[in-house]
Amino acid sequence: MKGIEVRNLVKNYGDVQALRKVSLTFEENKLYGLLGRNGAGKTTLLNCITGRVFPNSGEILVHGETALENDKAQQKIFMMSEKNFYPDGMRVRDAIKWTREFYPGFDEGYCMGLAEKFGLNTKKKIKSLSTGYGSIFKLVLTLSTNAPYLFFDEPVLGLDANHRDMFYRALLEKYSEKPFAAVISTHLIEEVAGVIEEVIIIKKGEIIRNQSVDELLATGCTLSGTAATIDSLIGDKNVLGVDSLGGLKTAYLVGQIDPSTLPAGIEIGKMDLQKLFIHLTNE
Amino acid sequence: MNLQDERPIFVQIAEYIEDGILSGAFPEDTQIPSTTEISVWYKINPATALKGINLLVDENTVYKKRGLGMFVSARAAESIRSKRKKEFFDNYIDKVVTEAKKLGLTQEELVAMIERGYDR
Repeated sequence: MKGIEVRNLVKNYGDVQALRKVSLTFEENKLYGLLGRNGAGKTTLLNCITGRVFPNSGEILVHGETALENDKAQQKIFMMSEKNFYPDGMRVRDAIKWTREFYPGFDEGYCMGLAEKFGLNTKKKIKSLSTGYGSIFKLVLTLSTNAPYLFFDEPVLGLDANHRDMFYRALLEKYSEKPFAAVISTHLIEEVAGVIEEVIIIKKGEIIRNQSVDELLATGCTLSGTAATIDSLIGDKNVLGVDSLGGLKTAYLVGQIDPSTLPAGIEIGKMDLQKLFIHLTNE
Repeated sequence: MNLQDERPIFVQIAEYIEDGILSGAFPEDTQIPSTTEISVWYKINPATALKGINLLVDENTVYKKRGLGMFVSARAAESIRSKRKKEFFDNYIDKVVTEAKKLGLTQEELVAMIERGYDR
């Protein structure tokens, strides 16, 4: 069985249930977006899979083998975390050397080329890097490992628009050349909406959506018009949320509506990932 | 191209290539950008870029040369033009008339405006 399988994963921090029986599969060669609000459990999930955190119960299988304390399984995954786990005084080039030791597919030439493209000085101490260059260092390292599963936790944290652009392009270039599975956990939903194929939405430790972006967006639509008309139309519908501006209203609906049944002046719109996310995860 | 557009991205990709064929940027029997190039340029999933290209394959606008890539079919510009002419009413005229009615413009006023557009 290829892929990463997570079954009934539970992780508690004291009284806080960070993951509540999470089950999901990351298939090979697909780009996933892992979306959730702050504290939803995104990082905990990725940390459990990569063995940085021990779950209370549940199972994690990488190509059918347990991921817990299993080097062979862990070598298939590289995680770029938001936090820095590198020792004080370690330089970028030392981290590259150590990563190469553990990941046999590591491409040093590609790594140096990408570092240069981003203007990353490999002689610098990791601790002395700015937030942006800290992220750049980690994502350059991640893309160079050639591991079949790459986890990006907040990859573009602190990156300026130019560097974010470079990251998405580098990711897609690499992916087109030789596909891999990537899980991108990010708050910049609009930016990844077109890049990812599959989306997983996690809310308070539970997976509330897990499907392809196209499928998910096709499950909803927006209706805009005067407040009174919108109110009369949505009474019997499954409404995720509404935005009001004076006498105008936009309703976010689950399900599709036949435009020919709508009165004049009402506009039907496509749901976008960010809007849908906001309304699905609002308190 | 504006990926914030309401229409699916793959439809916009197909249209962007069609526009290139109409403008002469991609003449007959020349290669169009690859799935990878489109994916990286627009920062979209390669599967989406491929879906856009496949739309053009289905309409015989482009064809595959094994091992080389996708090429513009003979008379592609002509067939795009005739297809878009057929869609012109739904895509443009219908919207213009709806908006004109919303604004209370009469048919004569609208026709006069279109004529003015030609005088520019």
